[in-house]
Amino acid sequence: MPAPIRLRELIRTIRTARTQAEEREMIQKECAAIRSSFREEDNTYRCRNVAKLLYMHMLGYPAHFGQLECLKLIASQKFTDKRIGYLGAMLLLDERQDVHLLMTNCIKNDLNHSTQYVQGLALCTLGCMGSSEMCRDLAGEVEKLLKTSNSYLRKKAALCAVHVIRKVPELMEMFLPATKNLLNEKNHGVLHTSVVLLTEMCERSPDMLAHFRKNEKLVPQLVRILKNLIMSGYSPEHDVSGISDPFLQVRILRLLRILGRNDDDSSEAMNDILAQVATNTETSKNVGNAILYETVLTIMDIKSESGLRVLAINILGRFLLNNDKNIRYVALTSLLKTVQTDHNAVQRHRSTIVDCLKDLDVSIKRRAMELSFALVNGNNVRGMMKELLYFLDSCEPEFKADCASGIFLAAEKYAPSKRWHIDTIMRVLTTAGSYVRDDAVPNLIQLITNSVEMHAYTVQRLYKAILGDYSQQPLVQVASWCIGEYGDLLVSGQCEEEEPIQVTEDEVLDILESVLISNMSASVTRGYALTAIMKLSTRFTCTVNRIKKVVSIYGSSIDVELQQRAVEYNALFKKYDHMRPALLERMPVMEKVTTNGPTEIVQTNGETETAVLETKPPHSGLQPGSQANDLLDLLGGNDITPVIPTAPTSKPASAGGELLDLLGDLNLTGSPVSAPAPQISQPPFLPDSSQPLFNDIAAGIPSITAYNKNGLKIDFSFERSNTNPSVTVITIQASNSTELDMTDFVFQAAVPKTFQLQLLSPSSSVIPAFNSGTITQVIKVLNPQKQQLRMRIKLTYNHKGSAMQDLAEVNNFPPQSWQ
Amino acid sequence: VCSCSLSCFCLYFPRYASLYFCCAIEDQDNELLTLEVVHRYVELLDRYFGNVCELDIIFNFEKAYFILDEFIIGGEVQDTSKRSAVKAIEDSDMLQETVEEYMNKPAF
Repeated sequence: MPAPIRLRELIRTIRTARTQAEEREMIQKECAAIRSSFREEDNTYRCRNVAKLLYMHMLGYPAHFGQLECLKLIASQKFTDKRIGYLGAMLLLDERQDVHLLMTNCIKNDLNHSTQYVQGLALCTLGCMGSSEMCRDLAGEVEKLLKTSNSYLRKKAALCAVHVIRKVPELMEMFLPATKNLLNEKNHGVLHTSVVLLTEMCERSPDMLAHFRKNEKLVPQLVRILKNLIMSGYSPEHDVSGISDPFLQVRILRLLRILGRNDDDSSEAMNDILAQVATNTETSKNVGNAILYETVLTIMDIKSESGLRVLAINILGRFLLNNDKNIRYVALTSLLKTVQTDHNAVQRHRSTIVDCLKDLDVSIKRRAMELSFALVNGNNVRGMMKELLYFLDSCEPEFKADCASGIFLAAEKYAPSKRWHIDTIMRVLTTAGSYVRDDAVPNLIQLITNSVEMHAYTVQRLYKAILGDYSQQPLVQVASWCIGEYGDLLVSGQCEEEEPIQVTEDEVLDILESVLISNMSASVTRGYALTAIMKLSTRFTCTVNRIKKVVSIYGSSIDVELQQRAVEYNALFKKYDHMRPALLERMPVMEKVTTNGPTEIVQTNGETETAVLETKPPHSGLQPGSQANDLLDLLGGNDITPVIPTAPTSKPASAGGELLDLLGDLNLTGSPVSAPAPQISQPPFLPDSSQPLFNDIAAGIPSITAYNKNGLKIDFSFERSNTNPSVTVITIQASNSTELDMTDFVFQAAVPKTFQLQLLSPSSSVIPAFNSGTITQVIKVLNPQKQQLRMRIKLTYNHKGSAMQDLAEVNNFPPQSWQ
Repeated sequence: VCSCSLSCFCLYFPRYASLYFCCAIEDQDNELLTLEVVHRYVELLDRYFGNVCELDIIFNFEKAYFILDEFIIGGEVQDTSKRSAVKAIEDSDMLQETVEEYMNKPAF
């Protein structure tokens, strides 16, 4: 059989292949030849064949059949064989193949070989791919070699020990004695690997860490070595661009970091050297910056004094200005880690960081973006937002979602004004509308609802935004919702903040219908649009028929969600038309779920189910006490079957006739929580005055003075609702003309059985003296039978140190208040 | 240099003319120093081969590995002296048997 071709011959041949198929063919042919050669147990050419196999393995072809051959090479006496054998073992074998255990004995022998280069091969192989079983078996040998005076072997043994510890941490203890004198070595290789070994031990075991800190006094030793490195003159062997052994310096700095962490004494002992390194290191080349970087990481991690920390952050700030983008990248990553703890120091570099948003490199942009968001605060929010919005405009799509979310969060926390907040949101929606996260839509809607005075402005801007382009779903969803809610403001041209636009009802419906029809609209968006159109039926006056038509068309939509909505809305038009206005009323202000920082939140007195208007008309499945049902209840009317039983209003008639006994019980109906003891602050079933349900104030119902005694005067003023003639809203005002305040003031009222009453929370419980202020409270009275209004009131308060109480009847209600 | 990070390590790709290097490091490793490590390795190759070029590495890949093994073990640098790493390789090369010696020496 002819001699197998040489390695270089094979390489040359393979490189001539012009196609993948050709190469594969050559390789297969050669593999076959190698296999038969292996079968013949040919000692002479085994080495050559394995070498070729390794080359083919590097190209990506299977070479597992060479594994055993490697073992044979390792066992050979020839150095050439061993060299290739060990290389093969490192490339082809690992702990997943049981075959590797056969190596253990060979390695053991070679660790004790007379030639240091053989020993070196063995140590290297063990240190690179030794499995835990191998490590256990051979740890003793490694430990022996760790104590040898041969620095060539010592350094390899140290790294081998590191690997052993990583694989079998329990063996750490046995290497401890050998570490005693490691740092006394002059040889840089030994020094370096020793530091690595000590680092590994300290990182893994807090006991070791404590031991090295106290008993071995490691910190002073390391400081000394580092100092020598910096001070010493030029050493050509270890020099890199004028810096002496930067690899060793960096490893020492890293070990110092671990030793100084959470330890005041150690941190103090290294303060000086850290300052020295930070100020004296040359920064013109990458190597100097590598050392500075490690120094900064160490300073930030130990208990360093504040001057040092500021120095560190300033170094990072300088890094940001460096031309080399690797250094900028590294600086941004580190600043991100420190921004929480050293916020003010990082703020000083804000403008540089913001400049990095314009960098070409994607990783740098991302880090800069994250860092920018971390730096936004109340003072810089306007400027920062401008930059970030510009960034949102021009950045890659993968950033847009995160950037949009970040902007929303920051705007929520630090918005200087409502108008600015709305503008910012609008800008994000129009710039990156399709990247906004799904959960942003309800949050935005909530925000818009809360900014009561901006409704007209908001809806106008949103309308203009989708007029041109209704493809961005989140934007369209928010816009549809707003148009549905505030469409009346839109057509009435009420905007204060900017020039109001002229829009007709038809034009508004046009755009909503376009959204409904468009192929670009998601199903959810269509739902929003349909509901918006429906809501407009109570806000628009001339186009109700058109709305009815649109709604009925979708009663046969394929989309089940749309169909259901349309069918129910149709039913609303037909059978429940009297309920429609109240159901589709303006949404009350919603209570914020998350409050972070100084946003102005209009608190409602009670939560309203936000789902009321978005979902189907209430079924009997709603729980008692839900606000929506109280609403229904108030609407009264005999043709509604009472959906939810409210608290039973029956009270035994007292001896006093129709008027109830006030002394024990008060019939405060309409509230589901009717405890026998009267509660004053009832959970109101309707939101308070910030969102008036009764949009009109009945002109000309005269107010009355219901009570006036002992300096306490109570006036009643009245409102009637257009939409429900049975409801009267009474606002009481209590004033105090004496010279002392009245405190703990409580107002209670009772009405005849045919009425229903609800008392909202009073504005306070103190009536200040000298008529300098009043308490206001709202009473809502339902009077379906249009009977004459009568009321008995009970007043309790503290005045001049004593408790006062009085009962009175109010009979002088003007006829307009109840007829 | 480009980089990408995965959850447990980062990849760095320094480029030397037509040669691309790929290096995976862990979280706590100093990225800038890694660039120096790769640079040092190239210097070692250069010293050994004399004006190293791509073809040197292709046709002597096993030597490239040997040099690497004198520079790094188990992911950590073992010697920071340019001279000693190359010297160790050259000495080992001397240990390699000549063809005649190889043929005549018993394997086991």
